[in-house]
Amino acid sequence: MLATATRAVKLRAERVNKTFERDGKSTKVLENVNLEVADREFVCLLGPSGCGKSTLLNIFGGFLEPSSGEVRIDGHPVKGPNPQRIFVFQERGVFPWLTVEGNIGFGLFRLSRAERAERIAHYVGLVGLGGFEKAYPQALSGGMNQRLEVARALAVNPDMLFLDEPFGALDSITRLVMRRELLRIWEAERKTIIFVTHDIDEAVQLADRVVVMSARPARIQTVVEIDIPHPRDISAPRYLELRDGLFDQIGLAHKI
Amino acid sequence: MNSTRQIGRWEHYFWPLFAVAIAVLIWQFSVRLTGSKIFPSPLDVERGIAELIRKGLLWRYIGDSLRRVGIGYCAAALLGIPVGLALGWLPAAAQVVNPVIQMLRPISPIAWIPLAILWFGVNDFAAVYLIFLAAFFPIVVSSMGGVRDVPARYRQAGRNFGLSPLQLVAKIVFPASIPQIIIGLRIALGISWLVVVAAEMIAVDSGLGYLVIDARNSGKRYDLVVAAMLMIGVIGLGLDLAIRRLEKLQSVRWGFGG
Repeated sequence: MLATATRAVKLRAERVNKTFERDGKSTKVLENVNLEVADREFVCLLGPSGCGKSTLLNIFGGFLEPSSGEVRIDGHPVKGPNPQRIFVFQERGVFPWLTVEGNIGFGLFRLSRAERAERIAHYVGLVGLGGFEKAYPQALSGGMNQRLEVARALAVNPDMLFLDEPFGALDSITRLVMRRELLRIWEAERKTIIFVTHDIDEAVQLADRVVVMSARPARIQTVVEIDIPHPRDISAPRYLELRDGLFDQIGLAHKI
Repeated sequence: MNSTRQIGRWEHYFWPLFAVAIAVLIWQFSVRLTGSKIFPSPLDVERGIAELIRKGLLWRYIGDSLRRVGIGYCAAALLGIPVGLALGWLPAAAQVVNPVIQMLRPISPIAWIPLAILWFGVNDFAAVYLIFLAAFFPIVVSSMGGVRDVPARYRQAGRNFGLSPLQLVAKIVFPASIPQIIIGLRIALGISWLVVVAAEMIAVDSGLGYLVIDARNSGKRYDLVVAAMLMIGVIGLGLDLAIRRLEKLQSVRWGFGG
């Protein structure tokens, strides 16, 4: 594959299985997941709600252990959460008791005061929250809070971001703006991004590759390379072709 | 009437004062109508308060009551918040201690009066101890609940940023629990003020509670009884208004719906 052939492998998942035990019943959530993600690649995990893609992301992030199989990042097995790889949450994960500045500076407690202030100023600017440094999250819109959470994640200079349906709770217009913002930020600071979504358009607009997952137990059904350069024209024939291909993969009709 | 209409500044004060005025009027007329010789009229009570001020008793008694509440309540907060946080953070410890707490909690602090006097004698310590007991349990229980209700994603984010367990408690669990702790502090302060009156009726010989019982026992001075009751009410209202200001702090307002 084009992306993986030219760049170093950042993350490799091998034969990952996950089974949850609850009330004496076991539910198989992930089945034999094999995936390679290249350094600085933008990968979307696409699948129906509740299929287990968030579980996979939590395993990548070190918050869950696979029942069997292994995940390696930079060649080392994942042993737990790590500030090099920041998880951005589905629901609002910003800390409501801290201001915008306080949130962005949260992970920077090992830096000197001057360095911290410099980083905070940089990321306030990058995500367009200038003028809101002293504001508390409840005074901000949903979109601003999600940008704040991305800024908090980027501020510790991680090399991977895990985004779990980060724009799922936003209205459709804000969601579109946020995607453009995320791409702009990704252009500025190339990180390896794994982005979970159940929105086909979102996946085609953002990703280098879309990993399509089946319904539970989730398996990787197919991997689709999105070979359109940014900025993407979302009415171009190639875009529609890829999008329709994904609709078919998920098993949806093109008419409503 | 439009209930969403903005309430003007003068109305904010006018209507509550109006309600108080009506209550005083009803009181005045009831005394007049029934021709009671014992129950005091508003004017009698006002004279009673003036007399207490003249004798220098009013401020002394208020000061005594507030001091007892202050010491007992602060001790309960200083001990109760860390204990509650620890029990919330360590479910195993909570499982061991919780039955004891849940059994002691429903015992009215008033029921402890005989033991308090047995242990400390008739003095300040006894009253302070009762207030401590009254405030301690609500504070512990609300702090525990606060920790338990910290959303998992906040803790997960803290671990993601590489916080040690101690840092996690200090930087995530404690600030995320503060709104619930404040609710506990507010409940505890209300109970403390209720309990100090009861404690002073029995365990000491000063304070507003003592004034109530002493005024009745020595000469059936119901004007002073009602005067003391009014003071208790006004100060209780003041304490609640004061502690509610905590809920308005910018860094905790998220926990109070705005």
